[in-house]
Amino acid sequence: MFELRDVTFRYDDRLVLDHVDLAIDHGELVLLAGPTGVGKSTLLGVVAGLVPAFTGGTLTGDVVIDGASVLEVPARERAHLVGYVGQNPPAWFVTDTVEEELAFGMEQLGLAAPTMRRRVEETLDLLGIADLRHRDLRTLSGGQQQRVAIGSVLTTHPRLLVLDEPTSALDPTAAEDVLATVTRLVHDLGVSVLVAEHRLERVVPFADRLCLLGEGGRVRVGDPAGLLVDAPIAPPIVELGRLAGWSPLPLTVRDARRRTAELRSRLGTPPDPLPVETGPTGPVRRGPAAEVRNLVVAHGPVPALRDVDLDLVPGTVTGLMGRNGAGKSTLLWSLQGRHAATRGTVRVGGDDPHRLRPEARRRHTGLVPQSPADLLYLETVAEECAAADRTASAAVGTCAGLLERLAPGIDPAGHPRDLSEGQRLALAVSIVLTAGPPVLLLDEPTRGLDYPGKHALAGILRDLAAEGRAVLVATHDVEFVAQVADDVVVLAEGEVVSSGPVREVVAESPAFAPQVTKVLGPGWLRVDEVAAALATSAEVSP
Amino acid sequence: MRLARDLHPVAWWCWAVGLAVGASCTTNPFLLGLLLVVATITVFACRGDQPWARSFRLYLWLGLIVLVVRVLFRLLVGGNDAGHVLVALPEIPLPDWAAGVSLLGPFSREELVAAVYEGLRLSTLLIAVGAANALANPKRLMRSLPPALYEIGTAMVVAITVIPQLADSARRVRAAQQLRGGDRGRVRGLRRLLVPILEDAFERSLSLAAGMDARGYGRSGTATVGQRRTTGALMILGLLGVGVGVYAFLDSTAPRVLAWPMLAVGVVAALAGFVTAGRRVERTRYRPERWQPIEFVVAGSGLAVGAALWAVLHWDPLVAHPGVLGVPALSLGALLGVLVGVVPVFVAPPPLTAQNRAAIAPEPTSEPSRVAV
Repeated sequence: MFELRDVTFRYDDRLVLDHVDLAIDHGELVLLAGPTGVGKSTLLGVVAGLVPAFTGGTLTGDVVIDGASVLEVPARERAHLVGYVGQNPPAWFVTDTVEEELAFGMEQLGLAAPTMRRRVEETLDLLGIADLRHRDLRTLSGGQQQRVAIGSVLTTHPRLLVLDEPTSALDPTAAEDVLATVTRLVHDLGVSVLVAEHRLERVVPFADRLCLLGEGGRVRVGDPAGLLVDAPIAPPIVELGRLAGWSPLPLTVRDARRRTAELRSRLGTPPDPLPVETGPTGPVRRGPAAEVRNLVVAHGPVPALRDVDLDLVPGTVTGLMGRNGAGKSTLLWSLQGRHAATRGTVRVGGDDPHRLRPEARRRHTGLVPQSPADLLYLETVAEECAAADRTASAAVGTCAGLLERLAPGIDPAGHPRDLSEGQRLALAVSIVLTAGPPVLLLDEPTRGLDYPGKHALAGILRDLAAEGRAVLVATHDVEFVAQVADDVVVLAEGEVVSSGPVREVVAESPAFAPQVTKVLGPGWLRVDEVAAALATSAEVSP
Repeated sequence: MRLARDLHPVAWWCWAVGLAVGASCTTNPFLLGLLLVVATITVFACRGDQPWARSFRLYLWLGLIVLVVRVLFRLLVGGNDAGHVLVALPEIPLPDWAAGVSLLGPFSREELVAAVYEGLRLSTLLIAVGAANALANPKRLMRSLPPALYEIGTAMVVAITVIPQLADSARRVRAAQQLRGGDRGRVRGLRRLLVPILEDAFERSLSLAAGMDARGYGRSGTATVGQRRTTGALMILGLLGVGVGVYAFLDSTAPRVLAWPMLAVGVVAALAGFVTAGRRVERTRYRPERWQPIEFVVAGSGLAVGAALWAVLHWDPLVAHPGVLGVPALSLGALLGVLVGVVPVFVAPPPLTAQNRAAIAPEPTSEPSRVAV
């Protein structure tokens, strides 16, 4: 029913989509995947009619809905056919309350008031947000906002739903809620869905077909299990499947688990529970670089943190997990010194960071905020680096050197806004590290990074820890935590609900377990561990 | 029992404008005080629990500030009146070209009283507007615009929404910039705040525009080219007519034939344009505001206050503008006229709040079981 025929899209200097053909059938869920910055959002924009109207560039080929070309039809005239939900729904909300937001699209279509009332009620029930109907949109949690955003386009009864990274900002549980809602739409209403997502492990199990967009703008479309055999991006479960030589590849944890008997016998016992800390990279344990005792931080009457205890040890990476709004950011900013402790103590390098002057704070901790772009304000990367050197009174070239190590090959004359997500993050990290803080705090650094990008970031953080820094990473990404962290702290409602070495914490809570753990059981965290174990067993057995 | 609902925003604005007109007709402190009491009681009795409802306190403070500033100003430049001198301040001599103006000087009781009366009138006016703001969300008022103005209305609503977002983004960027330190100069410091905030704002507005477009905002209706041209022509003719008419009306040297006739033609053309534009608009409203009899009563009560005080100004100027020498006089008619403004407290339906919303809608879980029984 919906087709892209031979679509080519280019900006003046580069080709984004190269002769793309894609057909989406009635009631089908198609997953669009590909490395960062390859043009997934552009493809979705073409479908919705927003590209090239809002981006410039030239588009050739044809977009066909039910046999009629809609290439010349602007997005607003496609609104009753295609429902488009972009990244970052809060930026898209037009009205204040949930009900009005759901009705906005229908008002534009000119539906009768009774129809609107009925559809609003149906949609509220369908998405399970009936109790939020009068709430202010800004007070909703991330998962709720995402569901309202989906609902706001569903009310016009579109035939095709286009979702751009619907779960990238959500904690694992909220992401599952949203995806369950989407699958329900596909099953119950027969809506077709085209969804772009970085974290394949979340969506692949639900996808009917996979559309892989590669460098150069070429697509490959087909059965997910078939395509993922050699795709450049692969969720851990697929990597595990490739390693074990399973064919067809398992896409769900359940499928994989049923085939593990043979693999388990080859693997033997799980690795040493404390390999990283005592390993060659970990220095001898010293006293903690940062210490938090019984910390209570309150904005207004409701405390954002209650009785939190935390030690950050030099040479280790600590993962900080928890729902949206569980107090992760508050904890980071308390360590940085912006938030005062209502009760309890925060000590970084022996000092209370809140009492320090800003310059001294920067020498104690480096914090990379959720949107690294907030830090950047100059025209070129080189200027940003030079300004960072001056501020930190560091030797000229310190920041540029750090950047070259973290993300080699960035053009110093480029504009910071033109960098990819990963490069921009690297620039922000370099800037805060120029002051040489022994403690590094990162808030959601993996947003918008693909698997290779996350691997690279994990490597960088491990290196920084190996130099004797204490690193604290707040993130929703369980796979990333499994890769990078030695310890995990899980917050809920501002309280620490579990903390300790990754292996123990992850084994205790299914919501935060990475796929490898889910498949092979406690003790196994990462695919590279499995690979190492297989290699040793292969050496021993013959 | 009166069902909880939101009154039509235009009704509240009519009521408030009536009060404001009334306030501008008098300087009698008793009448003004009574007006203030009427406005305050009505706001506290009838406002909902939305954020804008709390803005009334702000207007009260603003009113107080206006009053104080007014008195201080009079203290500064008033002062050579005869009367009961309260504070004998030295007069600062001014050069000849400022003749007629005096700085400081003796401050008399009569002057104080006059300043308070005038200040009170101004603050009452302000507070009446504040009452309307607290009782009827300005966004809802804009949504009641005629269909032809729908798009402008939506744009203005969005513009209002942007302000809190800008404040959020400013807070975030300030905190983030603390993390790297550096230039603290006035210009450079401002630049490092403004660049990320503006970039953020531009990105946001572009994505909002894309989002609104994707959701059908600005769909052209089924109007033919001819209809669109007629509408456009009528609108332009209307604008021209009103423009020329107002100019000729204000400029007494312009030929009279341009004044009233042009104004009339312009208004008629503009109205016709509105109607044809509104007819081709295919938009509808979710939960449209309904104008019910109660709305007439509320709007009428406010307008009655205005009319009553205007009548007092005309027939009983001593009550409307009492002298500063004695205790201001009052008349029963004037008092009753002002008291009409409190009628909404008794007739207006209770506002929608989280509490009575919960009372209206029972728990969804209990519903099916009752059906089953």
